[in-house]
Parts: sequence; structure tokens; C-alpha cells
Amino acid sequence: MHVPDGFLDAPTSIATAAVAVGGVALALRGARRELDDRTAPMAGLVATFVFAGQMMNFPVAAGTSGHLLGGALAAVLAGPWTAVLCVTTVLIVQALFMADGGITALGTNVDLMAIVGVGVGWLVFVAVRRVLPTRLGSVAPAAAVGAFLSVLAAATLFSALFALGGTAPVSPDRVLVAMLSWHTVIGLGEAAITALVVGSVVAVRPDLVHGARPALKARTLEVRRPVTAAPTAPASSAPAPTAPAGDAA
Amino acid sequence: MGAGHGHRLHYHGHSVVHRAPAHLKLVALVGFMLLVVATPRQWFWVFAVHAVVLLTVVGLSRVPPAYLAKRMVVETPFVLFAVLVPFIAEGPRVDVLGLAVSEPGLLAAWGLLVKGTLGVLASLTLAATTEPHDVLAGLRRLRMPDLFVQIMGFMLRYLDVVTAELGRMSTAMRSRGLDPRSPRHWPVLARSLGSLFIRSYERGERVHLAMVARGYDGTLPTREQPS
Repeated sequence: MHVPDGFLDAPTSIATAAVAVGGVALALRGARRELDDRTAPMAGLVATFVFAGQMMNFPVAAGTSGHLLGGALAAVLAGPWTAVLCVTTVLIVQALFMADGGITALGTNVDLMAIVGVGVGWLVFVAVRRVLPTRLGSVAPAAAVGAFLSVLAAATLFSALFALGGTAPVSPDRVLVAMLSWHTVIGLGEAAITALVVGSVVAVRPDLVHGARPALKARTLEVRRPVTAAPTAPASSAPAPTAPAGDAA
Repeated sequence: MGAGHGHRLHYHGHSVVHRAPAHLKLVALVGFMLLVVATPRQWFWVFAVHAVVLLTVVGLSRVPPAYLAKRMVVETPFVLFAVLVPFIAEGPRVDVLGLAVSEPGLLAAWGLLVKGTLGVLASLTLAATTEPHDVLAGLRRLRMPDLFVQIMGFMLRYLDVVTAELGRMSTAMRSRGLDPRSPRHWPVLARSLGSLFIRSYERGERVHLAMVARGYDGTLPTREQPS
């Protein structure tokens, strides 16, 4: 759920917008390092994926369902800078074309979901990945921890912003407790879905997963030669030509 | 592709509001909303002025009010929160319809509701009267970094393609007898999302190669009219 107009006062909104502009400018530079001249189409398509991913409903129980926030997921799959750009793009498109999230609260939403959501998700992911053995199997669990903590971090930052510039006289402690308890539940779902999605991509195309690169690099090429029926074949430098498929039968 | 290529919030028209340059509309929207957000919530009559200004623009745009009203549902979760505020807020209590509610909370709920509603209506009016590519041209004129405008352009172009792809995957899943009802089905849904990512990523690579083949050098030709 996005912060709407009028939830935080004007000075807080302007300050968060300034932070957002700075963060996104950094991300633009970083994404060019990750993707060079592929940045525009790749980030555009990954942003579309994040948007579509948020549309998919995950049934919880008794007819209720939740959806993915996708910050940590995008960071692990596409790299942190690209993910910041993608989530920001999704938020701008939602604010300008779907009236989802206030236009004056855009900076706040970008700070919460794009910068903190992706940033914390990625940093935690990298930290956990370092602790776990360098294997492809470690990527999904690390992404789960990153996703869980990124949701909690965004909820905490929202409570802090609300304490600074909130427009409703609700005590900040109560907001913090309510936000954290509710977002622990959301975070657990987010962690489970993020791990499942990352796991499914790692299983098929590990080369596309940005967060799996160290594990891929650590793998050594293993050349398996078929055991031939004739062990006394002359040791020639070139491998014996294989019979054409048609003759094999 | 069966999907429509207009935006689903856009309402075709030729009114003054439709024809106004997109960058002016964007600046007007941000300025108007900053003014609304900065207005102290106890200045009730000022909000009446804001509302009259906004409704005048809606009237000039000739977008049917029912069209906008239907799309105001996006605000619902937030309205629920605003209704709760008087009950959980602090401060002296007053009786409203036999319920003891917090007086400052009541005022805050009014502020949240009126500002949020004005914001949603103003954004909907922009979306209804401005074609997406005009918004992009407006953002470019407002000096948004070109790379960022390009990313938004790609997202808007492929939004219907990718969401339709997700829809087809969901149809295929259901036609094979899986109707997701509980967290037991999350692994299947997650695998769909995983393959949606792979398809989106590979589509991005193909689009990039096609662009390079047509001489892409980091900037896109714009459709802005020479002025």
C-alpha cells in the first residue's frame, strides 16, 4: 500500500523527495555500470515484471490474498541499482497513471520501497550470502532473509517519518508497534515468495540471476568424457569422430 | 496482440484540458497538491476553494464524473484507515452518534480524507486527459534524465504485453485444473513468476538487440512536434 497525499506534512514530503532524487540519480549512474547501453530496455522490462508480479495474488486463507512488494526480489534478480530504478519507475507510473500513491508522497514512497526496500534487501542478501557456502543453493535462502528484513526496515522508516511529519495525532510508539507487528506477517510472506521465485529462476537460468554470480564463478568447468567401449583405442591427440546419428542405430 | 494500446485510465477527448501541454499539467498537478497538503486542516473553507478549482478543471475536461468516480476505488484502503484514526488517536474525547472519539483524531481524519481524495481526483484527471507518451514528453521537457524517461517509456509500452503474458500463464494453469486457494499453491505460482521474469528479461535482450540493429545510440527519437 502506498502513502497517499496529505499523510505526511509538506516539509517532510519535500525532504523525502530530495532524498529520493539523490538516490535515484546515484542509481542511474550505478545501473549504467550494471547494464551499460542495455539499461533502458532491460530496466524497462524488469520494471514491467515487477509491476506484473505485484498483480499476481497469492492466496493466504479464507479468501484473503496478498501480493509481492518485490524490492528484494528485483535486487537479487537484476542487481541493486537496476532494481532501484525499476521500483521507482513502477511507483511513478502508478502515481501518474493509476492514482495509486499521492504525487506529493512520491518521494516518500520512493524512499521507502525503492531505496530502503531494495537497499536493505540487497545488503542483507549480500551479508547472508557471505556467511552461507558459495553454492547456488544458498541464493534463495539469502534472498528470503533479505526480503524479510527489507519489509521490516521500510515499516520502521515509515514509522520514523510518521513521528517526524505525521498529520494524525496517533502516538509514534503505537504506530511503530502496529507497523512492525503487521509487517512481520507481510515480511514472512514476502520472504517465502521471494525465495520460491528466486529458487525457480536459479534452477533454470542461474546466469540471469545477478545475486548468483559469485556462486556461478566459483563453479569450475567439469568435462566428462564418455567411457568408450574400447579401452585399447589409440591415444590420438584429436578425439575420435563420433558416428553420425543415423548410423548409430 | 489483443491488448489495447491506449492506457486504461485515458479518456479520449479534445477539451481544453486534453489539449493543454503535458508539462504544464504536470507542474499544475504537483503545485496544486503541494498547496493542498500544506493547507492547515482546520481552514475548512480553503478546501472548498481547492475542490471548486479541481471540479472546474474536471468540468472543463468533459470527462464524465461517473468515469472518474468508478476509478476512485483505488483510495478505499486508505479511507478505512482514516475512519479508524478517531478511535485510536489521543486527546480529549467527544461524543459523535453515541461513540466516544478523539477530537483531534476526528480533525485529523477529516484532513487525511479531504487531502487524499483531492489527490486521487487530481491524479485521475491528469491520467484521463493525457496520453502516456505526452506525459513522457512533458517529463522530458521538465528535465527528467533522459535515461529515466526511456525506462518509463519501455515500461508503458510493454505493460500490456507482460500483464497479458501473466494472464495467459494463469489461464493455462487453471485450464490444467489448478485453482490456487491456499499457501500450498505458492510454489506453483512462484514458478510462474520465475518464468515471467525469464521471459521479460529475454524480451528485454531481444528488444535491445533489435534497437541496436536499427541504430540505437543511447537516445530515442522523440515524437515532439517542432515548435
